[in-house]
Parts: sequence; structure tokens; C-alpha cells
Amino acid sequence: MLAILYKEITGFFSSLVAYITITAFLTVTGLFLWIFPESSILNYGYAGMESFFNIAPYIFMFLIPAITMRSLAEERKDGTFELLATRPVTDWDIVSGKFLASLAIVILTIVPTFIYYISVYQLGVIKGNVDTGAVIGSYLGLMLLGGAFVSIGLFASSIGRNQIIAFTVAVFLCFLSFSGLDSLSQLLALQQVNTYLAALGISQHYQSISRGVLDTRDLIYFLSFIGLFLLFTKTILGGRKW
Amino acid sequence: MSISVSTLSKSYGRQKAIDGISFEASAGKVLGFLGTNGAGKSTTMKVLTCFIPQTSGSANVCGFDVNLHPMEVKRNIGYLPEHNPLYLEMYVKEALGFICDIHQVNDKQKRINEVIDLTGLGDEQFKKIGALSKGYRQRVGLAQAILPDPKVLILDEPTSGLDPNQVVGIRKLIKELGKTKTLVLSTHIMQEVEAVCDQVIIINNGKIVADDSLGSLKASHHGKTLEDIFIELTNGRREFGQG
Repeated sequence: MLAILYKEITGFFSSLVAYITITAFLTVTGLFLWIFPESSILNYGYAGMESFFNIAPYIFMFLIPAITMRSLAEERKDGTFELLATRPVTDWDIVSGKFLASLAIVILTIVPTFIYYISVYQLGVIKGNVDTGAVIGSYLGLMLLGGAFVSIGLFASSIGRNQIIAFTVAVFLCFLSFSGLDSLSQLLALQQVNTYLAALGISQHYQSISRGVLDTRDLIYFLSFIGLFLLFTKTILGGRKW
Repeated sequence: MSISVSTLSKSYGRQKAIDGISFEASAGKVLGFLGTNGAGKSTTMKVLTCFIPQTSGSANVCGFDVNLHPMEVKRNIGYLPEHNPLYLEMYVKEALGFICDIHQVNDKQKRINEVIDLTGLGDEQFKKIGALSKGYRQRVGLAQAILPDPKVLILDEPTSGLDPNQVVGIRKLIKELGKTKTLVLSTHIMQEVEAVCDQVIIINNGKIVADDSLGSLKASHHGKTLEDIFIELTNGRREFGQG
């Protein structure tokens, strides 16, 4: 598993994937947070990072599928999956190695944004007048959300050999699970099940963690979400054996 | 016996790729797997390397059943798949290092250098695999297969796409490896079988039509060339089957 994790991370950094992802994420969030007047903290008037944490899931919705789309689809297309599967590793090793590698890249894209927090901290009228608890909670939520999106991306990458299909399916599923279910629950026709639908969506749990209160229910939700999609991925990889 | 296969069958949907084959292979011998395209050579190899499971029958490698102890089987096998898939964006040494990591080889650098010498990759060892010619890529594939020093080597068409000089080099290496390991290779080239194999299995439409040592196979067919024997066994059966 560690060998695969190491190989994947080296792969991200020896191609342009890691650098472009990190640059793109930081540029877009930087623009939203400091430049664009509608969402800029400077115009907003409050020392908070809400606009960053509101916009980040939508950027991840496109960035993470781009990171994960090749991970399994390419192995299958080039036949290197056979090389990997006939070595003394289990399918779980392959799936978890690839999951952790992509998650590591996602976390690496988040880490530089600590500088936004430091800036906001320094800029407050009373220095340090930021809800630090909420920021820590939001970062944790963002990482869990990243993990959930990576598991979706990996699953989408496992279903075929075509990377574009993997990307599109992953974006769709990320959107559906993040805000799609939430929006659906507001339909009048689904009134009876609206709380369940909303609770199935990522958005509600993400916002709940963002408040800075770590509820075990949210944690369990994210971990089981990730586990479920990794299980789907592993099942599909095992499909050659059916 | 390092490899023992009994009444092994594999179907893809309704099509039977291999149909009740049994054979054995032991260390110190090179086993040549011959057959027409689609006869079931690669499928047999995929079952032996735990890539796909059989439909029925059983296969043992080094005493481990492929279904019950896949990790042990995989630890003992070096496999060069058909079409030689490789990570083209990796450097030669990087790819070999990755295989070492997976197998937890002790003294990685030493083993990599040994294998590079054995396969004659010396001049190309600092290049990316994608920049190598087909012959050198084949050597990288072979290097990856022998890297963990497995007891059993399974090579699916190891010399396809090589120039005559390289073919001679690789055959010499195979012959050398075959002295101590159980070596199974598939090929279409009769000269190759004559040059390196001790035992020959001819497979046609998923069934074994000949399983003998090279010498006695020729003797039982009154000294015909291997090519003639192959054509007789595979073509004849097929016409019979279609009729």
C-alpha cells in the first residue's frame, strides 16, 4: 500500500498535476476572497472566512475529479492494472493507496490557505478578532469534504477506461451529493422526506462542522460516505473476477 | 511440482477460452506454451497469476492454490503480461524501484543494478520508459518480472517486437534463468521453442493437443519439423471441429 501511495504522489509531482491543481485553487480562492468585490473580505466588513469556505466546495467539485480521473482509468487503459494486480498486493491496497495519494494532494492545496486566516487575523479592527474555532472546524470540514469527493472521483475512475467519462461522472456525483440533494429536499412534492434527503447530502454536514462544533454524527457521516465509495471502487475492480 | 494445473477451465460468457486442461511444470525446465491466436495461452497465464479466476478446476503454484492463497502465489511469480504494459511516464530505475518496494526487496539498489546488468539495460537506465524503443521496453518488462527473484517465471510472448540481436540476447537470458527457475513462456515462433524449451505444450481451441518433451514430441512424429507438427495438430483439429 505504501509503495503505491509513494508512486502515486511521485507521479503527481513529476507531472504537472500537483502544481497546476495547487496554483489553480489558490488563484481562484484568492480572487474570490481578496479581489472580487462581491465576495471580498475587505468589502464584506466582517473578519471571517465564510466566503472562502462557501466557494471552496464548488472549486473542489471540478478540481478533485480532475486529480482522480486518471488514477484507475489510465491503469486499465494502458493495461498496467494487470501489472499491479498480479503483484503481491490486494485490491484494497491499490484503492487505499490511490485514495490517500489524491487526498494528500487535496490537503496540500488547502494548507497554503492558512495564510488567508493569518491575514484576516491581522486585519481585524481588534487584532485577532476571528472565530478561530469556526475556522478550525471549517478546515476539518473541508478536508472531510475533500475526502468524500476523492472517493467519488476514484469510483468514477474505476468504472471505465475513459478519463473524460470518469471526470464527468465524478463532477456530476459530487454536485449531486453536495448541493443536489439539498436542493431536491426543498421540492414541495418531497416534503415528507425532505429532512432525510437533506441529511443524505454533504452540504448539511459540511455546514454543521463549519460552525466549529464537531458532532460525531457528521464525522460518522463523512467516514461512512468515503468508506462506501471506496467499497464500490474495490467491488468494481474485483469485477474482472466475476 | 512448482506449477500443477488440473482440469482447468475458463469461460468468458458462453465462450470457453480454456477447456479442462491439465499439466505440470517443474524447476530447471523451460516450458513452451504454443498455440494459435486465441487458443487460450494468455488466459491460462492470467489464471496462474491470480489476475482472473478459473471457472472450474484447480491451479497450484509452488504448492499454493491460486484462489485460496493468492498473495503467496503472487509473491512467487514473476509475470510479463502480453503487450508488456509499462508506466511510460516513469524512469527505468524509478519503475524498478517501485516493483522493489511492492515486493519489499532488501538492498534495493544492489538488486536493481544486478537486474539492469542481466537484461542489458545499462545504456538506457537513466531514460524515461516512454522514450525507449520497443526492444528496450520489453527488457524493462522482463527486468520487472525477474526483479524479486521469483521461483516461477511466466512470460507471455517475451520476444515479440525484438530485433534478431536482441532476440538472441533475451533467449540466452531465458535459458540461463530456466536452469534454476520454473519458466513458462508462450510464443508463436517455432525456432524459439527449439532454441530454449525443454518441454512443449501445444494448445488448440482451449484444449491441450500435445504435452511432451521436445525430443520425444519430434520422435513420435517421425522426425518432422516442429512447425509441421504444430500445423498438423492445430489445423487438423480445427477442420475436424468445424466439420
